Amino acid sequence: MKLAKLTLGIAVGAMASTGIAMTSAPGAYAAETLYIPLLTYRTGAYAGSGTPVANGMHDYLTMLNERDGGIGGIKITIEECETGYKASKGVECYESTKGKGALVYNPYSTGITLQLIPKAPEDKIPVLSMGYGLSAAAVGEKFPWTFNAPATYWGQASAIIKYIKAQEKGALKGKKIGFIYLDVGYGREPLPIFEALSKEMGFTFIKIPVAGKEMQNQSSQWLQVRKHRPDWMIMWGWGSMNPTAIKEAAKIKFPMDKFIGVWWSGGDDDARPAGKAAIGYKSVNFHGTGANYPAMQDIIKHVVSKGKSQVKDVSKVGENLYNRGVMNSVVMAEAIRNAQKITGKKNITGEDMRKGLETLNITAARLKEIGLEGFTNPMKITCNDHSGGHPMYIQKWNGKNWERASDWITPMKDKVRALLEAAANKYVADKKGWKTQKCS
Amino acid sequence: MFYREAGQFKTDYRSDMAVFPILQDRIAIGAILALMFIVVPLVANDFWLNTIFIPTLIFSLAAIGLNILTGYCGQLSLGTGGFMGVGAYSCYKLTSIFPDVNIIIHILASGFFAAGVGVIFGIPSLRIKGFYLAVATLASQFFLEWSFGRIPWLYNYNDSGAIDGVNRSLFGIALTEPYGTPAFQYLVVLSIVVFLTWIASNLVRGRYGRAWMAVRDMDIAAELIGIKLLRTKLLAFAISSYYAGVAGAMMVFLSLGSAEVEVFDIFNASFPILFMVIIGGLGSLIGSFMGAAFITVLPILIRGAPSLFGFEIHAATGEHVQLMMVGGLIIFFLIVEPHGLARLWQIAKQKLRLWPFPY
Repeated sequence: MKLAKLTLGIAVGAMASTGIAMTSAPGAYAAETLYIPLLTYRTGAYAGSGTPVANGMHDYLTMLNERDGGIGGIKITIEECETGYKASKGVECYESTKGKGALVYNPYSTGITLQLIPKAPEDKIPVLSMGYGLSAAAVGEKFPWTFNAPATYWGQASAIIKYIKAQEKGALKGKKIGFIYLDVGYGREPLPIFEALSKEMGFTFIKIPVAGKEMQNQSSQWLQVRKHRPDWMIMWGWGSMNPTAIKEAAKIKFPMDKFIGVWWSGGDDDARPAGKAAIGYKSVNFHGTGANYPAMQDIIKHVVSKGKSQVKDVSKVGENLYNRGVMNSVVMAEAIRNAQKITGKKNITGEDMRKGLETLNITAARLKEIGLEGFTNPMKITCNDHSGGHPMYIQKWNGKNWERASDWITPMKDKVRALLEAAANKYVADKKGWKTQKCS
Repeated sequence: MFYREAGQFKTDYRSDMAVFPILQDRIAIGAILALMFIVVPLVANDFWLNTIFIPTLIFSLAAIGLNILTGYCGQLSLGTGGFMGVGAYSCYKLTSIFPDVNIIIHILASGFFAAGVGVIFGIPSLRIKGFYLAVATLASQFFLEWSFGRIPWLYNYNDSGAIDGVNRSLFGIALTEPYGTPAFQYLVVLSIVVFLTWIASNLVRGRYGRAWMAVRDMDIAAELIGIKLLRTKLLAFAISSYYAGVAGAMMVFLSLGSAEVEVFDIFNASFPILFMVIIGGLGSLIGSFMGAAFITVLPILIRGAPSLFGFEIHAATGEHVQLMMVGGLIIFFLIVEPHGLARLWQIAKQKLRLWPFPY
């Protein structure tokens, strides 16, 4: 009986506290701050990939706060919101943070990106999906509020094919290329370009989907690989799918140097678990690895060694996906600086941020200035091209870390752009009142 | 003191059989409806509407659907997510094939597609019972998930493989996510949910509801008194799936704005809705609302609690704490009140009758 009373009490108490919570709605932050919500995931099946990215993003921004006192003299307020890579949670995070003066969103999930793309113009907060999300969003006229620099998935796919073609001495006719991908929006995203290129260049394209539920058990998929005997394998994986695939590939003795992962399949923790068998595994990248840059040393000095980071082990700084997070924050920080310069305001809004992103131009000189010389290719975003189709390179796992295995490869821009425009038109076609912009 | 029915005499069958026979209940339900329809849209901000009220109402509707099937008719189902998906995808197809038809008609009509699919997958229920039926419905869930991902016609051959929101308005005001305002979406969701709840409450009290309950309590006895098992069970499947389908359509068009298959998979839809029904109370409509509120609101409250009291914890830590606490609370409630929150509500009402002088 006592227990029943206790339960009743708890239920009443919960209802009362709901009432209290309702009346104290979340308020906006003080005016003088740059508020950046980070949609991250350190839990769930994708935490293995999500955690280093989150650390990198968070630490670079913290470093700017610690070293320079923020950007343009204004401190950055960073708030992480855990999405667990789930679309519904992502939207919840978005709704709970957008009212606080959010400048930009980095969803780190194609599913969440797809949901935020139509919300962005309504709420006037840009979406920066750096190297992921909807490829068609590169068409700036149709998607004024979405940015996916440095390159789209389609650009990346074309660059991989270009690389394979060069390795095969220019002849792809009759070759077989297998494609193992996570069977969600993200993994299916590059299919149109692969299919278009396979028709044009005459290689056989084999699709091998991996459902999210069976990420950690891919034996049947790799049995298929064994049956088809492709000359090359390309992977579009994320989270625990990556290390599993690399281990399975090693098990069937697939030649590692002919196995290329998307830049999201290039985590240090993706390749490491397979041990020596993973040596030679390749993945695409668009920024440097390692901590051998002044800015990275500043992160170690001002953030990590002072215990202000979630990273406890300094060796994690400089891992590929950590640097991906840093790269993401560099783009945000430079866009904020740019927006401050254009508008003359210190305290910018989401709309200013959009302008800052749209005219972003990170030159080689600027990279040197911020202590990241040679970290990435100079990046330029324009009104009609929100991705830029920047060059990327192939890296190779040597058992300990990643080393460069190719020069900068430029995506097949002309082919990709035509497809992107067709896709953008299709996306906009069935949406009445979709807000576009004119680019001169 | 306040909740006493002494002196309220019933002089005809009509008032004796009313849904709310006690005056205080009628006043309370009127007050709650007024609160939900008038006060909430005026007072609540976008965050509360978008992440708490709208999802709770939509999940309540799905939970009512599952409650009709599991709580009233006794057929255990794990396919709710799939049926919601059928509703969502058919609504999407309907809006693209008939763009000029009112979106509300599309949402209500998409439920019929879900009902049709529900009936097909309900056919085995005549031979398979209990846990075995749960496994059979699980198969339907997997089959439907598979088709949403692999039949490009269903998502209009979009490159993203997702269905995304279309811009539709009602009475000339933009309604669908993300174009509409949360308050308007909330009112539309609330109206549909209230309307369908009213229908459900009359269904379960009437002939069909009695037949369902007879089948639930003992199907052989039910058959002996002349209830046709196949028809009764399939009707339960159809109506249950209709509710799930409407909930799924509302979820995409009035709440999320776009959806991938993942939204309707077993861990994001089927299981949570089953938990809502079990925690809320099997065979209770009000329990469906309570269960839905418990499962959707509690995590948000727990995550928001630390900042409410002024101390910061890391987002990921909060997530872990929340997972543990919600799990713990579910077990706690199930141990102390296996009949769910609805039973707890009943006990509270009983106590209120005697308050403040219990004997």
